[in-house]
Amino acid sequence: MAEIEFEVECEVAIVGAGLAGLAAAKTLVDNGVDPEGIFVIERGNQSGTKNVSGGRIYTHNMAKVFPNFEEEAPLQRKVVRERLSLMAADSTFSLDYTDEAFKKAGQESYTVLRGTFDAWMQEQVENLGVMIMPTFPAIDFVRDEAGKIIGVACASGEFDEDGSDIVTNIGAKVVIIADGANSLMLKKSGLDSKPAPKPEHMAVGAKEVIQLDEKTINDRFALNEGEGCAWMFAGDPSDGKFGGVALYTYQDTISIAMVAGIEAIAEGETPIYQMLENFKNRPDIKPLLAGGEIVEYSGHMVPEGGANMTPELVGDNVLVAGDAAGFCVNVGYTVRGMDFAIESGYLAGVAVAKALQAGDTSKAGLQSYVSAVNDSFIKKDMDVCKNFAPAVESSRVFTEYPGFIGQIFRGLYVIDGTPQIPIMKKVLPVVKQMGMFKTVKELLKLVKSL
Amino acid sequence: MMKPVNNGEPLVSVDAKAANNIVNVVEETPHIVLKPYEGLSGAELEKYEEEFRKLVIACPAAAYRVDDNGNMNFEVAACLECGTCRVLCGETIIDTWRMPVPTAEGAGGINYLFG
Repeated sequence: MAEIEFEVECEVAIVGAGLAGLAAAKTLVDNGVDPEGIFVIERGNQSGTKNVSGGRIYTHNMAKVFPNFEEEAPLQRKVVRERLSLMAADSTFSLDYTDEAFKKAGQESYTVLRGTFDAWMQEQVENLGVMIMPTFPAIDFVRDEAGKIIGVACASGEFDEDGSDIVTNIGAKVVIIADGANSLMLKKSGLDSKPAPKPEHMAVGAKEVIQLDEKTINDRFALNEGEGCAWMFAGDPSDGKFGGVALYTYQDTISIAMVAGIEAIAEGETPIYQMLENFKNRPDIKPLLAGGEIVEYSGHMVPEGGANMTPELVGDNVLVAGDAAGFCVNVGYTVRGMDFAIESGYLAGVAVAKALQAGDTSKAGLQSYVSAVNDSFIKKDMDVCKNFAPAVESSRVFTEYPGFIGQIFRGLYVIDGTPQIPIMKKVLPVVKQMGMFKTVKELLKLVKSL
Repeated sequence: MMKPVNNGEPLVSVDAKAANNIVNVVEETPHIVLKPYEGLSGAELEKYEEEFRKLVIACPAAAYRVDDNGNMNFEVAACLECGTCRVLCGETIIDTWRMPVPTAEGAGGINYLFG
C-alpha cells in the first residue's frame, strides 16, 4: 500500500457544514476541543448553498448551541399562525389556529432561509477559529491497512490519466458524517449496508421561493410585523398520496414546496413540478401568490422513513448525524428535521469530545452518542410517529375525506333557492356513504398511531 | 417509445421557473452518467424506458428528458442535486452518481441563495 499523503491532519473532520455539522463543531469547541483541530468540509461555496428546507425551524434547543441566536441569527418570521387545509379537486376545507403559546420562550418556531441562516452559523463557528473548507466535495474515506477510517478524501476537480480523481486527503481521528439527506458518505462508511435509502423511505420536494413585499405578505396572511404563517395542504395536490404542499412566509418572500413520497410519485402520471404548478393555479391559491416573482427554484429530498431507516449511528472513528442519519419526522401538520439536526450535531459534539479526552474513538468509545440519541427527543419522537405515515397512507384521509367534507359543507353553505332541508338530512347521507363505523375505526387508528 | 407523461397534456417549463437559479455547470465531467441504452431492444429496452419514465415523473428539475426523436437524455445543467434519481434508479439505469466537482469558478453545480 502506497504511503498516504495528508494535506492536513486534525482531530475531527466534519463532512458537511449544515446545521448538524456546524452544531457539532460549535459543541466540540464548547467541550474543550481545540478549534484548530476541527475541519469542516463543505462541498458548496459556503454553508447553505446546497441546502433547502421547508422553511421552519423549531428553536427549543438552539440556545444550548448558539445562545445568541434569537438576537443575532437571520430569523425571518416567528410563526404564530398555523393553517392546515384538506383539498378536494373543487373544494378546500381549512383550519386556522393562532395561539399566544407560540410566542412563549422555548416554544417558538421561526421561518428561515438556509442561504442566510447557515451562513450566519458558519460565521459563528469560524469566529471560534474552526477551519471551514468550502468547495471540497468529500468522495470517500481514507483508511489504514486494517481498513479503519483515518480521514476523508475530497475531490479536487482534477483527474489523472485513467480518469480517477486526484484527491485532497484530510487526516482525522474521528469523522462526523453530516452530508445531508442525499448522503453519499453513509454507504462508504459501512454504517448502512444499503447503497441508497429505499424509495419508500424518502420524499422529494420541489420548491419555489416567490418574492412579494413585506406588507403584501402581512396583509394576505393576516400577520402583524415579524409574524409568520405556516400552511400545510393535503389531499388533491399530491393526488391523495401522503405528502402535500407546505407554504411558509418569510420577510419579503414566501415559499411553496410540493413534497411527495418518491415511490408513490414515480408510480403516478403527473411530474412533481406539474403538481406544484397545478396547485399554484387553483383559484383558491392563485390570489395568495399573485404578482410574485420566482426568485429561486429548488429540489431536495426529505428522509421520511423515521425509525424504520435509521442506520448504525457509530463505527470505529466515525459517526453520523442530521438528515444523513434520517433524523426527520413528517406527520402532515408538522414537519421537523432542523431541530433534529441541531440536536444530533450537539450530541455528536459532546460524545466525540468525550471520546477524544478518553483517547478511545473506537465504536465502543463513541457509544455514548447512541445512548444520548436514544434518550433524546430525536429517537422518542421518531418512534412515536413511526406508524403514522403508513396509517394515513392506508386510510382515506387524503383520498376520499376531502371530497366528503366538501359535500357536507356544500350542503351548509350553498343556497340555490330550493327549500332548505334539515342539516341532519344533509349530513347523514354523506356519513352513510363514508361508512360511519369504518370512519370512526379509521380515525381511531390514526389517533392511536401517534 | 415511452408512453406520455401527464396524460400527454403540456407541462410547465421548469427552465422558466429556474431562470434565476445560479448554476456552475460542469459539462466535461457530468456528475450523473446513465447506462447506455443503445443496442438494447425488446424487453430490455422496455425495462430501461420504464425506469427512465420514473425519473421523468419524479425529478423536480425535469433533468430527464425525451427529445422529439425519442432519445432519452440527462440534462446536467438543469440538475438540482437532490438525489431522487439515485434513490429510484441508482441500481438500474444510473451508472454514476457523484457530487459535482469544483472548478476554477468555485463549487460545481447548483448554488442556492435562498434555500
